[in-house]
Amino acid sequence: MTVLNQQRVNNTHNHLSNPKTYPPGQHVVTGNQSAAIGAFLSGVQVVAAYPITPQSPVVEELAKFIEEGELPAEFVPVESEHSAMGVCIGASIAGARVFTATCANGLAYMCEQLHWASGSRLPIVMACVNRAMAAPWSVLNDQQDSMSQRDAGWIQLFCKDNQEIIDTVIQAYRIAEKVYLPVMVCYDGYILSHTVMPIEVPDGNKVKKFLPPYIPHTPIDISKPVNINPVTLADPRLNADGVLCHGYMEHKYLHHQSLRNSLKIIEEIDIEYKDIFGRSLGGLFSEYKTDDADVVIICAGSLSKMCTLVIDMLREQNVPIGLVSLRAYRPFPNQKLSVALKNKKLILTIDKSLSYGYQGPICIDIKSSLFESGISSTVISFVAGLGGRDIKPYEIAEKAYDYWNKFNKKELTNEIIYESQWINCKY
Amino acid sequence: MNTRDCGHIISASSPAKGEAGKTGEWRTQRPVLNEAKCLAVRANKDICFQCWAFCPEGAIERKPGGPIDLTYCKGCGICAQICPADAIQMESEYDSPESTKSE
Amino acid sequence: MTSILEIPADEYMLPGNRSCAGCGLGIGLRYILKALEGKCVMTVPACCLTVLGGMYPISSITVPWVNSVFPGTAAMATGLVAGLKALKREDITVLAMAGDGGTYDIGIQGLSGAAERNANFLFVCYDNEAYMNTGTQRSGATPKGVKTTTTPIIGKIHSPKDMGQIMDAHNIPYVATTCISYPTDLYDKVKKAKDIYGLRYIHLCVPCPSGWQYDPKDTVTIGQLAVETGAIVLYEIENGIFRLTGRSRRLANGGKLKPITEYLSAQKRFANLDTSSLDELQEYIHKRWNEFITKDKTLTE
Repeated sequence: MTVLNQQRVNNTHNHLSNPKTYPPGQHVVTGNQSAAIGAFLSGVQVVAAYPITPQSPVVEELAKFIEEGELPAEFVPVESEHSAMGVCIGASIAGARVFTATCANGLAYMCEQLHWASGSRLPIVMACVNRAMAAPWSVLNDQQDSMSQRDAGWIQLFCKDNQEIIDTVIQAYRIAEKVYLPVMVCYDGYILSHTVMPIEVPDGNKVKKFLPPYIPHTPIDISKPVNINPVTLADPRLNADGVLCHGYMEHKYLHHQSLRNSLKIIEEIDIEYKDIFGRSLGGLFSEYKTDDADVVIICAGSLSKMCTLVIDMLREQNVPIGLVSLRAYRPFPNQKLSVALKNKKLILTIDKSLSYGYQGPICIDIKSSLFESGISSTVISFVAGLGGRDIKPYEIAEKAYDYWNKFNKKELTNEIIYESQWINCKY
Repeated sequence: MNTRDCGHIISASSPAKGEAGKTGEWRTQRPVLNEAKCLAVRANKDICFQCWAFCPEGAIERKPGGPIDLTYCKGCGICAQICPADAIQMESEYDSPESTKSE
Repeated sequence: MTSILEIPADEYMLPGNRSCAGCGLGIGLRYILKALEGKCVMTVPACCLTVLGGMYPISSITVPWVNSVFPGTAAMATGLVAGLKALKREDITVLAMAGDGGTYDIGIQGLSGAAERNANFLFVCYDNEAYMNTGTQRSGATPKGVKTTTTPIIGKIHSPKDMGQIMDAHNIPYVATTCISYPTDLYDKVKKAKDIYGLRYIHLCVPCPSGWQYDPKDTVTIGQLAVETGAIVLYEIENGIFRLTGRSRRLANGGKLKPITEYLSAQKRFANLDTSSLDELQEYIHKRWNEFITKDKTLTE
C-alpha cells in the first residue's frame, strides 16, 4: 500500500515507562484497569470518553494517571459518546495516538462516528466493555453492542481474560497503525471489567520498542493543504493534474482490502509480541483440544475461557470435543477457520447476541465459511447469556452432550437445525 | 485506466481553481466595467475596491479597473449593485457578441 | 476599525467553486480566512460550505480542511485542538464553521459541551436561517412567519432561538454577531477572536438568494437592510462586556432604525406576513433594540 503525504512528526513517548502503581510484573487487577494500563503503556496522547456502566472505571483510571502527571495526555471529558468518538477522530487526524472506551447504547450513539473513523482510516483504539443493548435497560453483559457494529469497518478483537485485555490494547495500536484502521477491543462487562484477576504487566520500555511512534497519513500542513473527506462522487474523477482519483467505491474497496489484509497482520504482530513478551493471544483464534475432536464449540470472549472447563468435563465423558475461541471477529478468519474445522462432524456455536430474525452472528459467519470450503458439518446455533443471564459450565456441557448424542442417533430435527437454541431461557 | 496511481488511501482533495468547472458558463448576465466611471481608474489609485471586496467568488482583482475573471464569474451582479459610481453594468449574455449562448 | 483598503489582498478561497451565484457565504469565508491569514485548519459538517469546498479530488480552499459528521463539528474541533496540542503544534487556529442547522439544531449539544469546557477554537455559525443545502427546510434559526419547504403554506409558527445569548450564557471569552455585508466588522472580529484563548463564537448573518428568495445581486444590500432595520444587530461580548459595533453602534449613537418592512419586502420568503404579524415583529425588534442599547454601557464612549 502506498501512502502519500505521510507526515513525520515528533511523536515520541515522553511518559514514564510504567505507572508508579503498576511496575512491570504480576498485579491483581480488574479488566477495566487492565485496559487502562494497556493504554498508558501504549503512550496514548488524547483520551476522550463519556461515562457508561460498566466502562467508566477505564477512563477514571486514565484520568487519574493524567491528573497525577504520570501520563502527559489530553483528557477530554466530553458530553456524549458521539463527541467522544468525534474528539478521537479529530485528534487522530491531527496525528495523536488516541484512546476511548464505551459500550452498549454509548457505542450505538457513536454509530455514525464509527463509520467516519474507519472511513477516514484512523488508527483509533477503543475498548468496548460488552453490555446488553436496551430496551429494556440492562447494564449487564452480552455482546449485542459490538456485534451490532460489526459492519462499521473496524477491526474487532475479543478478549478471554484480563491478561488478554492489556495485551490486546497494546497489540491493537500496532495493528491499527500498520493498516490504518480503528480497532475495537471487546471484553465482557462485569465478567471481566469488574472482576480481579492476576495479570502480568509488561515493561513499558519494551512496549515502546514494540510500538513505534505513530505516523499519520492525514497531514495538517498549511503549506500543503488538503481537504479531508469531502463529497466523493460515485465514479473516479481527475484531479487538477489529470491523475484519475478514486470514486467512493474505490475508497471502500481499499478499506475492505485493508481489513482483509489485517488478517495476516494480526497474526504476525501476535507472533512478534510473543517473542518480546512471552505470550501469544492465538492470533486470529485459539484452539483447545480440537486435534482429535469430532465436535467443536465456537464462541468469543470470556465464555470461551469458561468453555475450556466444559471441554474437560465432556472429555471425561469420552465426548470427542474441542473448542475454538474467536479472537478476531472482524476481519473474519473464514479461510483459517475452515481449515481448523475440516473433518469436524458437529459444530456448536454459542452467541451472546442475535441477528434478530435469524441466528447468532458467529453462527451465521461460521456457516458461510464452511459453505465456502465445501465442508458439510452440522452447525447448531446456541444463544446464551443475553442481558447478563448466567451461563453455567454444566448447562453448556449438558447441551453439548445431548446434541452430540442426537447427532449420532440422527435425531437432529429441522427445529434444531434451522432455529437458534436458547440456553437457560425459561420461557 | 485505474485509480491506483493517485496513491490516496482516503478521500483528500488538493486545491485548484474551477473545482465546479468554468463557472462563468452559469452566467446569464455579465458584468461590464465602464472605466470612465470607475473611481479607482479615474483616480488611478488604490481606492474604493468595493467590487473586489464584495465579490462572493473572489473573481475580481484588487487593482484599479481590476479585471473580472469571466471564466469563473457566475454573474450574480453584486459588483454592479454595490458600485458607488455605477460603473459596472450587467449585460445579457445572450446579446453579447462573445457569447455562445442562445435563448 | 480596519477599512476595506487595509484588508489583505491574499485570498484563500478559489474562484470556480460550487457555491450558488450571489451566495453570501463566499464573501464571509474570504474575510474569515484573510483575518486568520490562512494559518488555520477548518472543520465543517455537512452543509452549504461543504459544497463550496468542492468534491474530491479538488478543493476550492487553500487551507487544511477536515470534514465532520453533521452533529460533530465542535467535537471534531476539540479533537483537532487536543491532537495539535499533544503534538505541540499550537500555532494553528482551529476554525469550526457550521450553518444554522449544524449549530442551533443538530450541533448544539456538542457545541455546548465544548463551550462548557472552553475548548480552544473559533466557532463561526454562518446563519442563512434554514437548511439551505437540503432545500430550505425550517431550522431553529428560521424567523417566525417564514415560508420554507417544511413550513410551506402558513409559514413558520415558532420564533427562532437566540444563539448569541445561548453562547453568552456559557461564559465563554468571546461572543460576536456580524454580517457579510459588513466585511470589515467580520474581519476585525475574527482577528480579535484569533488571539483569545478558549471557545470563541461568531455568529455570521449570511443572506441566501435561493432560500430567502431575492435576486442574487441583492445579497449585500439585503444584509445591510437586516442591520439597518435591526433584524440583525452587530455586537460583541468580550469577557462579559457587551458592545454594539460597526453600523449597529452608529445607529445606536444617534441613528434611527429603518422600518422592518423595508427588509422583509425585499424577500419573498416573508410574503405571508399579515399586518398584525408585521406590527408584532416591528414591536419585538424595537423592544430588543432598546434592550441592546441599555445593555451596552460603552455607548457614550
